[in-house]
Formats: sequence, C-alpha cells, structure tokens
Amino acid sequence: MTDAMIGLVALPLAGALATLLLPRSATAVAIGTGLAITVAAGLLLFGVATQGALHYEIGGWSAGLGIALRADGLSALLLLMTALVMLAASVYASAYFSTVSERARFWPLWLLLWTSLNALLLSGDLFNLYVTLELLGLSAVALASLGGKRAAVAAALRYLLVGLLGSMMFLAGVGLIYAGYGTLDLAQLALAIGAGPVAWTALALMTAGLLLKTALFPLHFWLPPAHASASAPVSAVLSALVVKAAFYLVLRLWLDVFANVVTPAAADLLGVLGAGAVLWGSWRALQAERLKLLAAWSTVAQLGYLFLFFPLLLALPPGPARELAAGGLVMLALTHGFAKASLFLAIGIIQQRCGHDTIRELDGTAQRLPATTFAIALAGVALIGLPPSGAFLGKWQLLAGAVATGQWVWLVVTAIGSLLAAAYIVRVLGHAFGHRPYPNLPVSVAREEWPALLLAAMAALVLGLAGAPVWGLLEIGT
Amino acid sequence: MLTTQVLYALAGCVIVALGLRGALLHASLLQRIVAINVMGAGVFLLLIAVAYRGPGLAPDPVPHALVLTGIVVAVSATALALALARRLHAEQGDD
Amino acid sequence: MNWDAWLPVLVVASSLLPGLVIFFLREGSHRLRTALNLAGAILKLLLVGILIWGVFHEHVYESRWTLAPGLDLVLHADTLSVLFVTLSTVLWLVTTIYAIGYLENAPHRSRFFGFFSLCVSATVGLALAGNLFTFVIFFELLTLVTYPLVAHRGTPEAVRGARIYLTYTLGGGMLLLIGTVWLHVLAGPTAFVEGGTLGSLPAEYHPQLKMIFLLLIMGLGVKAALVPLHGWLPHAMVAPAPVSALLHAVAVVKAGAFGIVRVVYDVYGVNFADQLGLLTGLGIAAAVTIVYGSVMALLQDNLKKRLAYSTVSQVSYIALGTAILGPIGTIGGIVHLVHQGIMKITLFFAAGNYAETLGIHKVSEMNGVGRRMPATTLAFSVAALGMIGVPPVAGFVSKWYLGLGALEAGMAAWVMPVLIASSVLNAAYFLPVLYRAWFREPGPAWPAEHIPAARFETSATLLWPPVVTAMLALAAGLFAAAPYSPLEWATLIAHREYGL
Repeated sequence: MTDAMIGLVALPLAGALATLLLPRSATAVAIGTGLAITVAAGLLLFGVATQGALHYEIGGWSAGLGIALRADGLSALLLLMTALVMLAASVYASAYFSTVSERARFWPLWLLLWTSLNALLLSGDLFNLYVTLELLGLSAVALASLGGKRAAVAAALRYLLVGLLGSMMFLAGVGLIYAGYGTLDLAQLALAIGAGPVAWTALALMTAGLLLKTALFPLHFWLPPAHASASAPVSAVLSALVVKAAFYLVLRLWLDVFANVVTPAAADLLGVLGAGAVLWGSWRALQAERLKLLAAWSTVAQLGYLFLFFPLLLALPPGPARELAAGGLVMLALTHGFAKASLFLAIGIIQQRCGHDTIRELDGTAQRLPATTFAIALAGVALIGLPPSGAFLGKWQLLAGAVATGQWVWLVVTAIGSLLAAAYIVRVLGHAFGHRPYPNLPVSVAREEWPALLLAAMAALVLGLAGAPVWGLLEIGT
Repeated sequence: MLTTQVLYALAGCVIVALGLRGALLHASLLQRIVAINVMGAGVFLLLIAVAYRGPGLAPDPVPHALVLTGIVVAVSATALALALARRLHAEQGDD
Repeated sequence: MNWDAWLPVLVVASSLLPGLVIFFLREGSHRLRTALNLAGAILKLLLVGILIWGVFHEHVYESRWTLAPGLDLVLHADTLSVLFVTLSTVLWLVTTIYAIGYLENAPHRSRFFGFFSLCVSATVGLALAGNLFTFVIFFELLTLVTYPLVAHRGTPEAVRGARIYLTYTLGGGMLLLIGTVWLHVLAGPTAFVEGGTLGSLPAEYHPQLKMIFLLLIMGLGVKAALVPLHGWLPHAMVAPAPVSALLHAVAVVKAGAFGIVRVVYDVYGVNFADQLGLLTGLGIAAAVTIVYGSVMALLQDNLKKRLAYSTVSQVSYIALGTAILGPIGTIGGIVHLVHQGIMKITLFFAAGNYAETLGIHKVSEMNGVGRRMPATTLAFSVAALGMIGVPPVAGFVSKWYLGLGALEAGMAAWVMPVLIASSVLNAAYFLPVLYRAWFREPGPAWPAEHIPAARFETSATLLWPPVVTAMLALAAGLFAAAPYSPLEWATLIAHREYGL
C-alpha cells in the first residue's frame, strides 16, 4: 500500500511533465493519469482501512531532512475526495477548453496542482507542508490567471500576494517551532510540545497564515473575486479543494499537534470568526447578482461552519461524543467539496450555453438545461444541509455538539446560516423555473453535464446515505 | 544578554514587521511585491539566527534548508507576480 | 435481510423507482408514463394490503440502515403508520388518474409526474418512519419534492407562492430539527413506541422536555397549518388542482398533523404529555385554528381559497383529538386523519373539474352548476355535508367521537363550544355554495367552457375520481363499524396506545 502513496505524488507529477512534452495528446494523458490517481487513492483508503495508518520514508532518509509520507483515516478520505473531484473536473475540462493552446497551458498546471494537493495531504512534517503549501499556492494562482481577462489577472495577482503573505507567516511560525523544539515532525512535535510563549506565538503565526489562505472571515476579501473570475473547472477546485487544504492544516495543528497548547478561548475566537463567515458570506451570496459570485460567497460561508466546530471540539471531553463531532466536521467538509465543485461546473455550463451567469436572467434554464438545473438543485440541497446530503449529518453533529456543551449561540448561527443558504439557492431555482415559452425538450444529459451531476449526487445522496464508515475511518490516526 | 544570535533574530523581527507594514499599507502593486520580499528576507534572517549553534559548531542544516527553499519559492513567486503585473499593465494600456 | 425487513422498503420504492424513471421519459410517451404510474400505484396498494394484514396480526416489519453512529434510518410498520400509508396509497392512485386527465396536453408532464411520485414516496416514508430522526429526514424530503410541484406552472405567482411555501416549511423544518437534535442529546435515539418513551426520564429534564415539545410542535405546526404558522397555505393554492388535492388531503398538511400525533403518542406518551401540562396548550392552539380557519373560509370568494382555509380549520381537528386525553378523543382525532383526507380530496377534485370544464374559479360563478355537472356537484355536496358533520358521511363520525371524548375527559366546557361553533361556520361557508349550485338559475354563459358536455359532463378521467372518493367518504361513515374500516383501525390504534 505504500506504492499507492508514492503513486499519488509521482503519477500527477509525471503526468504534468508528460502533458508539457506532448501538448497535442495532453487531454488523453491527463485523463489517463487522473484515472490512475483515483485508483491509487481508492487503494490507499482501502489500505488504511484494513492495515491502519501508513508511513513511508522516501529513499530511506528519516524525518528531519528526508521526505516522509504518511496517511491516516483523515488524509486518506481527503485524498479520495480530491481524486474524485479532480477527475470529474478533468473530464469536464476536456470538453470546456476548445483550442490546443488553451489545453497545452491548462493541463501541466492542473496536474501540478493535483501533485501539490496530494503531497500536502501525505506530508507529516512542517517543512514539507510549507513546500507543498507554496507549490499549491503558485499552481493555483497560475491556473486562476489563465482566464486571461483583466479581472481574472487582477484577482489572481491579489490571490498570489495574499498567499505569499500567508506563507511567510507560516514559515516564521515553523522557524519558531524548530528553535523551540528542535524538530519539525508532526508526530514528534505532538509529544514534545507544551503550552508556553514559543508554542503560542508559533501557533498564532501559523494559524494566521493559514486562515489567510483558507479565507476565514474577515480575511476572506480576496476569495470572491479570485474564485468568481477563474474558468469553471479552476473555480471548482479552488473552492472545493485548495482552500480546504489550508483548512486541513489548521485542523491538524489545532487538534493533533498543538492539542495541549490550544485554549478554549482561542477556539472561541475561531468560532466567532466562523460565525461571522457564515452570516456575512451567506448574506452576500443572497445579494450576489452573478451565479459565480454567489457560489464564491457561499464558499466563504461554508468554511465558516467548519470553524464553528472548534469551540465544540475543545469543550467536549475526549470520547465518543467528541469523535462524533469530529466526524461531523469532516463529513461537512467532504460534502462541501463535492457540492461546491458541482455547483461551479454547472454554472460553467450555463455560462457557456447562455453566454452569461446573471441570476435575474436565468428564466427558463430549467427547461433548456434540465440536467444542469437538477445538479444545481442537488448541490443546493447539500449546501443548505438538508437530508439526505452528507451535510445534514454534519450539521446534525454540529447542532448536537452545541446542545451538549450548552453553546447555544453556534446553534443559532447554524440555523440562520442554513435558512440564508436556502434563500440564496431558492432564489436561483426560482429564476431557473421561471416562465418562458420554451419548447418541450426531453430530458437529455450532455457529456459535460455528467461530472456536475455525479458530483452533486455524491454530495447529496451517497455521502448522506452511505457515509457512516467515515466515522470509523477517522479513528485510524497516525 | 545581546548575543549575535539574538541580534540577528531581533533584526529579522524588525524587518518582518517593516515588510508586513509595507505589504498591508502600500497601494502600489510594485511596492507591495517588494514589501513582501522584504518580509521574506526578515523571516530568512530569523531562521539563520535559529540555525546558529554556538561558536565553532557547524550550524544546524534544517533551518538552512528551509531558507534555501524559501528563497527559491520567493524568487519564483516574485517572478509570477511580476509577470501578472506586466500583463495587467499591458491590458490596462489596451483599454 | 428477509421479507419482513424488505416490505417497508418496497412500499417506499414502489413509487420512488417509477418516479425516477419517469423523469427521463419523453413528453410524448404518454402511455408508458401512465403505465408506470398506475403499475407503481397498484403494486403499492398490493404491498400495503399485505402490510395491513401483517400489522393486524402483530407481525413486525422493520428495515434499518445506519447513516452515522447512533443515527439509524428506520422504516417500521405499526398500526398508526399503516393507517397513513393506506390513506396515501389509495388517494395517490385516485389522484394519479385524475392528474392524467387534468394535465392532458399540458407541458412538462414528465417532470410533474416524476415529482408527484417522489412526493408520495416521501409521504409513505414519513408514515413508516420508525424514529424521530427518520421522520425528520422524510419531512424535509417532502418539503423539497413538493416545491417544484407548487412552482410547476412557472408563472410569477406560482414561483412566489412556492417561495413562500418553502420559506415557511424550511423554517419549520429547522425548528423540528433543533428539537429533534436536542431530544437526541438528552435521551438518545427516540424510537416511536406505542405509549411513548420519555416518561422514564428524570424529573430535572422536564423543563427541557417542555421546550423541546414546543419546538417540535411549532416545526410540525407549520406544515399542519396551525395558526399563526398557516400563512403559506393560501399562497400554495397556485399549484395545479391535483397537487392541491394531494397537498391538502395527504401529503404536506397531513404530514404535519401525523407528526403531532406521533410526537404526542409515541415519543412523549399521551399520559406523560398531559402530566407535563402540554396538552392544554396544544388544544388551545388547535381550537383557535379551527375557529380562525372557518371564519377566514367564510370570507373567501375564490373557491380554492375557501377550501384552503377550510383545510386549516379541519386539520386541527386531528390536533384537537390528540389534545383530548382518553381513548375516545384519540379515536376521533386519528380517524379524522383519514376522513378529512377523503372528503377534502373530493372537494378539490370537484373544484378542479369546475375550473377545467367551465372555467369557474369563484363561488359567485357557481350559480346552477349542479344542472350542468350533476355528478361532480353531487360528489362536492356529499363531501361538503361531511365536512359540516351531517350523518351518515364520514365527518360526522369524527365529530361524534371528538365530542364524546371531550365529555369523557372533562374538557367539554371548551371543546364543545368550539365543535359547535366550527360546525355552524362550516355550514355557513358550504351551504350557500350548495344552494347556488343546485337552486340558483345559471347565468347566460359559463366563464370559459373548455370541455363541452358529451357522454359525460366532463372528461371521464376527471369525473370518476371525485365520484369514487365521495363514495368512499360515504362508505367510511355508513360502514364505520365494519372490520378494517378507518374507525375500527383507529380504535385498534387507540387501544394499543393506551395499552387497553
């Protein structure tokens, strides 16, 4: 099973080089690579489920200067989610980009992004995490700027500067950690670290850098323009995966590595920021005039929910109740990944077919593009958190945690946020179902509509109805 | 006690602060790119101070590796930022 | 899994799968769609027949599927669920036939019938839910799949009505969800058990249990249209007639009422709820709704709106029966779940026939319609008299048991005036309609005659459903004492709930 780990990093990297060298057959190479990565991710999850957490040192070099790959339940789950979303978006992109030159520029960066995502999720020490975080940021910016329009370039530039700022803060934190504890290995750190000024400062610096990258309110200002002006497949993975990668690091640091350092007050601060994100993001999504802006603001809001879990996790005593809540958090993150990717892909189809994505002028889309409208509705179910989506189970745990710890304010925030989400989704559907004399077409699903549809089904049906193993997998730690 | 190591580290912190201030307050794009690079230099200085293990001893290689990687990243990111800025500028001229 | 575990799943799937297939049919494949619809409906009826027999003989049908640790999706058939399942299945069959005639040549029939089948699947799932968690899931699903049906016509009015509908029901759903989560944290998974399970909790939980009850009833009350949570119902009238019929008689409104019955009897337990002093509040809310709905119905000229406010009023008889402690009141409330369904669906079918055949939408346009459409008007009259409570139609039985139950429980002092006032008001808003239809001279022309009188007064698929349901309403009253009648089944439920 260690082969699967190596494959997850080596395959996309090799694919990136191959698409660079063979621009004419880049699409075929990329789709083939994507399939292989998805198989590897599936195998890895199976391996983790049967054999427990996995560990591999590349070239036999031990932690410190060598590169070690690790996978536990959480990272294996996120790797599989990444693979499925990236594969679906790849299939979509193969139809989305029409010219050879567009494709030749897109695929190498795309596969590089995939490499850095996988490597980040497999890294077990702060040094490699820093490197992969940078690689991820750079490839994401390059992809975001591919749209070529002025707005896209300006947003990408801002995205880059914000990302660099975040990385520098993260790096400064890493330096402090090394000065204080003499190791960067996460597992060793978790044992060595104790509460104190060095640990607090380092955690504060790293967290601030990561919050900037994950666009937590009020550091979200760069996200809506960047995600709304990129091309559809890029927007999909930026919103679904790239911000999630930074969030994954926050989760690892706060819950695993710095578990002895973090205080309930600090977690409450994250909760407050999360609440701000939920309310402000949902409100702005409701005001948005364009579909892509709506989706981007919805990402700001959805990330907020994830941070609402922090004060609950810190207040719950270690044990089943806490594990349930942690599972709910991951379930919400997974569902959002699939749902938001689906939403952006579906919006891309509307944009290509109708020539715009203005919400007020969507009348009749339900008749013209029934499958795409259905995908938006399903993704909307997951974003609102209605059953049978995975987000319903996630929000259930969020509410249960809030009730169990008596932190009613998060419950109120969740309820208001969900109703606002319902409002912005229904606003879109109301226009899509609007009355226009369109011909009675039979329901047909075009090739580029399938990825959005399948991703939405994953979020709204599969995760909700067959997601119970997620909780078991999360107990497999490093 | 103000050893060389602490001096380096403090200088690094001051440079980081200056860079951060520049990155947040400057309106001009080029100034912000430079400011972020200044901030990076401060972080690297901090890391070099961390690597010092005492007179006569070889410095710790791990922070050095971090600095080297950081420089590579900073250079490529700056290049990307400048390229984007040029494209932005060119399109602005077109408008 | 064995047959006993599969049966509840099959009952849900028998409408779910045809519904999913129908989405992908071409608009023109009319026959295939009709065949799928009817095959699903008839198959469901057969499966429900087995279910009735089995539950009567105390057979256990249960399917269980784990969604998350401690959260199981449970489908379980007991006497109460079988009553609701049977009602939905029979009325779905009739409504499907009606809808086929009603939507002839209308656009987007595949979409309509697809969601129509999903709507029934959600209702049946809700009826068979074995715990509060499962109930919440199907309750929310029902909201989702009825939204496109209400918005079906796509007019600004329809889209607006659908939005109001969704705002209310999702808000209610959120309250229900919070109550359910709270209860789950307090008491663990809450299975529906006859007689309730919460009575054994320590006394320090009682204040919280009261708060939870309030949340649950408010959440359910939105769908059940308890005043002041009823605001969506008149707006949802923009839906096509078969949807209104199903919404008012079976699916949405009834789901709320059914949920109230479940929470009081099978979660809290009626004795424990009484002990906590919760029934009085529920009873007052129901009484206010009954009178308010009737008064509002009296003020409407639009026929469908009058029927809508009548639903607001009539559905609260179920809540009222729930609030009356003692088996007789329980029987009255539960049997009204069925009786109101049969009668109200007849009224909506008839209203749809008037609109489709002659373009009549208002009460003031109904002069002499009884001569032009005697069979439809006869069905309308039977159902209307039943609503008033005239024997031997089904509604009389419900009111009789409610009154008797109130006497027995010592609540007659306020229940009796409500029942009498409501009956007088029912008469006041239905009898003038009947008088107009039968005894006034028709005007020179109908508002818009779409279907000319031929062999029948209107097309056959529109005519037979109201006639059949009116006969059912009559039969439910006439043969109330026969085995397997709604009354007998409600009596069985009450006996099991009170452990008699």
